[in-house]
Amino acid sequence: MTERSSAPHVVIVGGGGTGGAVAHDLALRGLRVTLVERGELTSGTTGRHHGLLHSGARYAVKDRESAVECIEENRILRKIAPGSFELNDGLFVAITEADEAYEPLFFESCLASDIPARRVTRAEALALEPNLNPAIRCAVQVPDGTIDAMRLPLRFFATARRNGATIKPYTEAVAMTMTATSAGRCVTGVSVIDRTSGRRYEIGADLVVNAGGPWAEKIAALAGVDVPIQPSPGVLVAVRGRYANMVINRLHASGDGDIVVPQRELSVIGTSSWLADDPDHLTVPADHVAMMISEGSAMIPAIASATVRATWSAARPLIGERGATSGRELSRTFKCFDHAPDGVEGFVTISGGKATTLRAMAEAAANVVCAKLAIPDPCRTREYVLAPHTAYYA
Amino acid sequence: MNASADPAYDTHATADTGHPIRLRVFRCRAGDRSGHFDEFRIEVAPDTTVLDALVAIRTRLDPTLVLRHSCFHASCGTCGMRVNDREVMACVTKVLELGTPTVKVEPIANQALLGDLATDMVDFYARFNAIGRPLMRESEWLPDASRPAGVESYNRFESCIECGLCLSACPVVASDPRYLGPAALAAAERAIDEPRGLDPGAVLALIDDPQGAWRCHAAFECSEACPSAVDPAGAIMALRRRAASGRLRSLLGGRHA
Repeated sequence: MTERSSAPHVVIVGGGGTGGAVAHDLALRGLRVTLVERGELTSGTTGRHHGLLHSGARYAVKDRESAVECIEENRILRKIAPGSFELNDGLFVAITEADEAYEPLFFESCLASDIPARRVTRAEALALEPNLNPAIRCAVQVPDGTIDAMRLPLRFFATARRNGATIKPYTEAVAMTMTATSAGRCVTGVSVIDRTSGRRYEIGADLVVNAGGPWAEKIAALAGVDVPIQPSPGVLVAVRGRYANMVINRLHASGDGDIVVPQRELSVIGTSSWLADDPDHLTVPADHVAMMISEGSAMIPAIASATVRATWSAARPLIGERGATSGRELSRTFKCFDHAPDGVEGFVTISGGKATTLRAMAEAAANVVCAKLAIPDPCRTREYVLAPHTAYYA
Repeated sequence: MNASADPAYDTHATADTGHPIRLRVFRCRAGDRSGHFDEFRIEVAPDTTVLDALVAIRTRLDPTLVLRHSCFHASCGTCGMRVNDREVMACVTKVLELGTPTVKVEPIANQALLGDLATDMVDFYARFNAIGRPLMRESEWLPDASRPAGVESYNRFESCIECGLCLSACPVVASDPRYLGPAALAAAERAIDEPRGLDPGAVLALIDDPQGAWRCHAAFECSEACPSAVDPAGAIMALRRRAASGRLRSLLGGRHA
């Protein structure tokens, strides 16, 4: 491992799951790491997601790359974060004739993506999940699970800190320190404001990682570069009561209101998709809430009369050309941008992706960071078992 | 400070549903609980939660407001607060349903603060971690459901979301910081009820203590405050029965429970 006191210092901007996983990866490779987050950790998109540990089945037909990423990371997360998941598998249920006609393509696509799918008859599905719509035609079982959306990422933060990283919530990046070079400009630090004290100060950096999720565009703008991130919000509805042990998905092409994720004593129904300009100003359209209830109750009729616990929106960070219309046509995979070709050295953006792939996103970003800083240490996060989330507060 | 937001800010609002409301929000720096209140005037919609309102204040009026939030549906436990003198999760508390033109927002009591409304959870987890309780429960949730191939036993997260509202509401915690407190005791009862690898005797020994289950005054404020129906007070009473029956068995020469 690189000698830490002389190791390069990397500042990560953004305290969601991705930032936490990048901090963990880089700390394991011996770098000095400081992470800044303007609010509480996981207070952006990470905490708001529906808590699905993807099997990848949702993407198997149309986005094979994302499907393969998901099942690979699903297997890794089970090993490195035991105790952070409700591991009851998932069912994709076909309700209409059209759903049933889609089943062979769906099933074959799962197998082709290395997702261990199992065909389930109507009778077996109803025995497994008695609250399912009795009109279902057939189902497919896949290794979906439920994530604690905040406490899984906290384990990355806890482990990063144990390995020497400094984690600074309530610390907002407000400017980048830029130095002119022969090739253009170089980021050499971040100006931050500690919101708990009001103090503004500068943190020097050999490299800055932008892990802002849907805020990545705003953070990149501080360094004068543009990243093609499109915030794509979706509405989620949590109802009281648990109507299934397993994650229940609609077996059809990706659409609105196609999943019910059980979690503790709640059922979380998701989601819709549109494009927004500003992740700080999300709406919760009433018609989307009504659609979640009606689509959710198509799978589990009891949802129609369940008490609504909460409704909220979360902004996905989608990568793509601006000009897309719904967000659904944008890939759910992730991308790491080295901004050197844009004329800015010492600045890397990691965005896109989803909660299930946080570790893989971090590995990709850390590989780019280490290549730029000439750090030879390989990624070790595939096998490294994470500290419990409670260790973050120790 | 007084400030006003645009009428009908985004979250849970539409342009024609703005109801004017005042939020009196507790402000302080880290380590200083004395603090003061700032008043913000905003407009809210029927579905606007206290958390939505606070996030709108921070986004639009005052970026220096420090608060914790994450999931927005009361499963992460970060936005526990005292609103109009009652312990609530801000994300599932609708502003207009409080029924007061001015809404007072304070941090949870009996715990250190990072600033404003944000609690430092270190002390909470120190009590909790003493129990070492499992995070997952394996008792089946829907007992009439069969299990699919490959799933050995259904499991789910424990109901406690580690929000600290019970410690805030507890009159004993307020007067005696050595008390183990309702959250940790409720976790102990769960660990004894379903040990999942823990030694129930060791957990029982830990709580059968003047600062453990016997310190509770049975005010039941914790169960009233709990947003997840954990019923810490009921758990504490159950622990007392277990401890008492264990002692009785010891007196009669039997094995310790």
